[in-house]
Amino acid sequence: MSAPKNAPNPDTATAATAPTIVLIGHGMVGQRFLEALAERGVTERARVVVLCEEPRPAYDRVQLTSYFAGRTPEDLSLVEDGFMARHGIELHLGDPAERIDRAARTVTARSGLTVAYDTLVLATGSYPFVPPVPGKDSRGCFVYRTIEDLLAIEEYAGNCSSGTVVGGGLLGLEAAGALKGLGLTTHIVEFNPRLMALQVDEGGGAALRRTVEDMGLIVHTGVGGKEITADADGAVTAMALSDGSSIDTDLVVFSAGVRPRDQLARDCGLTVGERGGVAVDERCRTSDPAVYAIGECALAADGRVYGLVAPGYEMAQVAADDIAETSAAGEGGFTGADTSTKLKLLGVDVASFGDAHGTAEGCLDVVYSDSRAGVYKKLVIGADGALLGGVLVGDAEAYGMLRPLTGSVPPVAPEQLVLPAGLGAPAAIGPSALPDEAVICNCHNVTKGAIRAAVTEHRCTTVPEVKKCTKAGTGCGSCVKALTTLVNDELEASGVSVDKGLCGCFSYTRAELYEIVRTLRITSYAALLDSHGREEARSGDGCEVCKPTVASIIASLAPTVGASGYVLDGEQAALQDTNDHFLANLQRNGSYSIVPRIPGGEITPEKLIVIGEVARDFGLYTKITGGQRIDLFGARVDQLPRIWARLVDAGFESGHAYGKALRTVKSCVGQTWCRYGVQDSVRMAIDLELRYRGLRSPHKLKSAVSGCARECAEARGKDFGVIATSNGWNLYVGGNGGADPRHADLLAQDLDDEQLIRLIDRFLMFYIRTADRLERTSAWLERIEGGLDHVRDVVVDDSLGLCAELEALMAEHVAGYRDEWAETLEDPERLRRFVSFVNAPGAPDPTVRFVPERDQMKPDLTILSGPGIPVRTLEGTASR
Amino acid sequence: MTMALERTAVRVELLIDRRWFAVCDLADLTPGRGVAALLPDGAQVAVFLDRAGRAYAIDNRDPFTGAYVLSRGLLGSAGGRPFVASPLLKQRFDLETGRCLDDDGVAVQAYLTRTTGGPVEALGPGLGADLDADLDAALGVVSAQVA
Repeated sequence: MSAPKNAPNPDTATAATAPTIVLIGHGMVGQRFLEALAERGVTERARVVVLCEEPRPAYDRVQLTSYFAGRTPEDLSLVEDGFMARHGIELHLGDPAERIDRAARTVTARSGLTVAYDTLVLATGSYPFVPPVPGKDSRGCFVYRTIEDLLAIEEYAGNCSSGTVVGGGLLGLEAAGALKGLGLTTHIVEFNPRLMALQVDEGGGAALRRTVEDMGLIVHTGVGGKEITADADGAVTAMALSDGSSIDTDLVVFSAGVRPRDQLARDCGLTVGERGGVAVDERCRTSDPAVYAIGECALAADGRVYGLVAPGYEMAQVAADDIAETSAAGEGGFTGADTSTKLKLLGVDVASFGDAHGTAEGCLDVVYSDSRAGVYKKLVIGADGALLGGVLVGDAEAYGMLRPLTGSVPPVAPEQLVLPAGLGAPAAIGPSALPDEAVICNCHNVTKGAIRAAVTEHRCTTVPEVKKCTKAGTGCGSCVKALTTLVNDELEASGVSVDKGLCGCFSYTRAELYEIVRTLRITSYAALLDSHGREEARSGDGCEVCKPTVASIIASLAPTVGASGYVLDGEQAALQDTNDHFLANLQRNGSYSIVPRIPGGEITPEKLIVIGEVARDFGLYTKITGGQRIDLFGARVDQLPRIWARLVDAGFESGHAYGKALRTVKSCVGQTWCRYGVQDSVRMAIDLELRYRGLRSPHKLKSAVSGCARECAEARGKDFGVIATSNGWNLYVGGNGGADPRHADLLAQDLDDEQLIRLIDRFLMFYIRTADRLERTSAWLERIEGGLDHVRDVVVDDSLGLCAELEALMAEHVAGYRDEWAETLEDPERLRRFVSFVNAPGAPDPTVRFVPERDQMKPDLTILSGPGIPVRTLEGTASR
Repeated sequence: MTMALERTAVRVELLIDRRWFAVCDLADLTPGRGVAALLPDGAQVAVFLDRAGRAYAIDNRDPFTGAYVLSRGLLGSAGGRPFVASPLLKQRFDLETGRCLDDDGVAVQAYLTRTTGGPVEALGPGLGADLDADLDAALGVVSAQVA
């Protein structure tokens, strides 16, 4: 072994004395290998050098296609910030290894860099197989493997109207989906008689084909490409097929399988398989004990090359174990892997597991097929009644439960396992029915027992904690639902009652209170507390958590339940946080800031002058906000009405900067001015801002509209963001900046104005209805069961039959909107509260003082730090 | 000619230096909210009304930030005792004792209150009919709690 465990300790180790491990290839498996080395402490005692051909660190190749759904290359990265530096790993990007000298134990990269190794690990992956079709090198022919491939396809497709994917397997269908998403008429050419021939059987292939064709893709099976023709410039124009027909196409993507990248190994004389792949033993060692091979480039001990990530990860662990000498020889080697897969291809769930093709002797099928719904399910049952494998197309919900059952006799009749929900297995056949040895997370090989132990032994109390502790659910994510069920079951069983109540006054969540208020038409906080509060809280005064929450719910539902939409009337007034109470934002010295609405960030010079004059006359500090408006700071509470009288006179209205409500809809100038713009983003931003202004929600809402894909308005950092396309608008939801940034996910694309607004109406109302208190759309989307897919089902496909109601609620909000500041100024009774002192209405608060700074002013804090009870540090107060 | 009716508003009074000082009318208060009032020496108090119609008063200064804002916090109750949550960083203060519920070592001054001028003279929490004796007792209790 070349990285001895008795290596010098890290304090004295130098590059000269520490053993060197060289990793060739930084893909998914390469990165997993580095993490495994770090976990085993190897990076502390060995020098680790990585040579990577691609210009960027490891990224999630499985999710490659999601780049077209708006995820950036950065989103796909698998490398945690600072990982390389923290572990002292030297990563050379864009510098592929070109030669291995096994005698001298050196690797030479393209740049000329030569590194001496003690241990060498090959994780070179595979390359796309391009069939030898004449014309395959024409302009417009691509493969589908790296982010660079996708960038090239995206750029070229801009001038195309049609495209052809050669290969109807897993990756081929993904590529076809991507081309369709780019707006091309898309053909799929598959040499086999059915799509996904490796994974699904004939019936499954037929179901898949119908669904794919319904999406507008054109499928050609049982044929191959014969010749690609190009025009005078060498650009693709058509593809002739083996059956004599021909397809007009501007672009061709080859996705006809992959081959192990074993050239480096061949060149240096390592043993390779007859059909490719670097031969390795169960410890992932090649024919040279100083050289390992892992992932798709390796020919495993069982004689197979695995093109899936889960077996690659397993090999990475095995090799790291061997190098770290953490496991006894012969234990836990890689002897082959489960090739079960579950994927969503073109929006269709497809899964296959175990002996999907029924090759075992004496086995029989149980099949459920519903061509109308595009659902096909087959289970392969052995002679002894054990479940051997299966294929699921169109509805793979049961995959998480079926795969771990493979090899055992199911607890219910097999036909119950394939019938649709409601007709089939009772709910008891969930993950709870599985044995402890059942693998729940295939990507990280985590068993049900390990997940249970995370709760019972490691005291995890939430799903995110369990994920962190076990890594389960952090790979492809397909097991998260089962994981959540298991964790909750286990928590319940260990007597941890998870109180989901809003606060000490209510045992209901915000979403439940919303339903109670809506269905019982409750318009008063006191009535709700006395009827639905916790026993001990009834007839009390409530608390600072539930009061504003209930006030917000009642405000959101005001027209529906018959409450006043004005947030400061009657009992509502006593429920609001101070910001809502004074319609301004409290600052640290007790003064308030004021933000007039500037829809879309568009403002006339006259209005700018008014803001300037008001700020000057009242001595306010002015600052431009991130949401394209102007914040005026330093107003005393008694000045607010006079300031707003001037602003309302000039045509301004409340910007709701103080409320859990819509803040701004930011925009770029769009088509009107910008040479790149493809839609009128400013008009749309103004329309949206005026439509949703004043809408009370569980947390603040931010939005933006960009006029083209350059995204200058940063719409994907918003709760709902709109990006113009040449065909209309793409709607993204769940974005966030701040402490926990998240890029918004694509909800729907190429919408016209009316479709866009209808969809936002539904989305916002569904969020308001189901989110927790102070839960931004980003956290909500991550939390709710089914995530984005579920939200899309509800608001796009109307799976719950709610859409009409959601739209009606929004229509009521829009019709009922009134400017809170204009209303306040009209009513002397409402203005009474705007005094510094109840017993000296004309007196200003002497503690609100300012000192000059950079030609404006700032709060004078010295006046506040006078004598009195010692002021504790913030750390001292954070215990609550 | 009609007689001008004398205003019979109910007033809220605080005990300061063993004298009752009227800070506002009961009608100036909204249940669940507070107002700020100025004392003769320029100090600021925050005066609150709970859902049951009882008035409370504590210092207006938030000891965690130094800002004079406690009157703008939301009122609540925990275990039957009323509190106000500071509008800035949300620490809660018991309205009867001034003690901070989230940090044992911190408290603000609490004042005894009563409402007067209405048909019945209602006394603030902790006070009975025998004013002087109760005052001494109550003041003792409050200062002991604050200390």
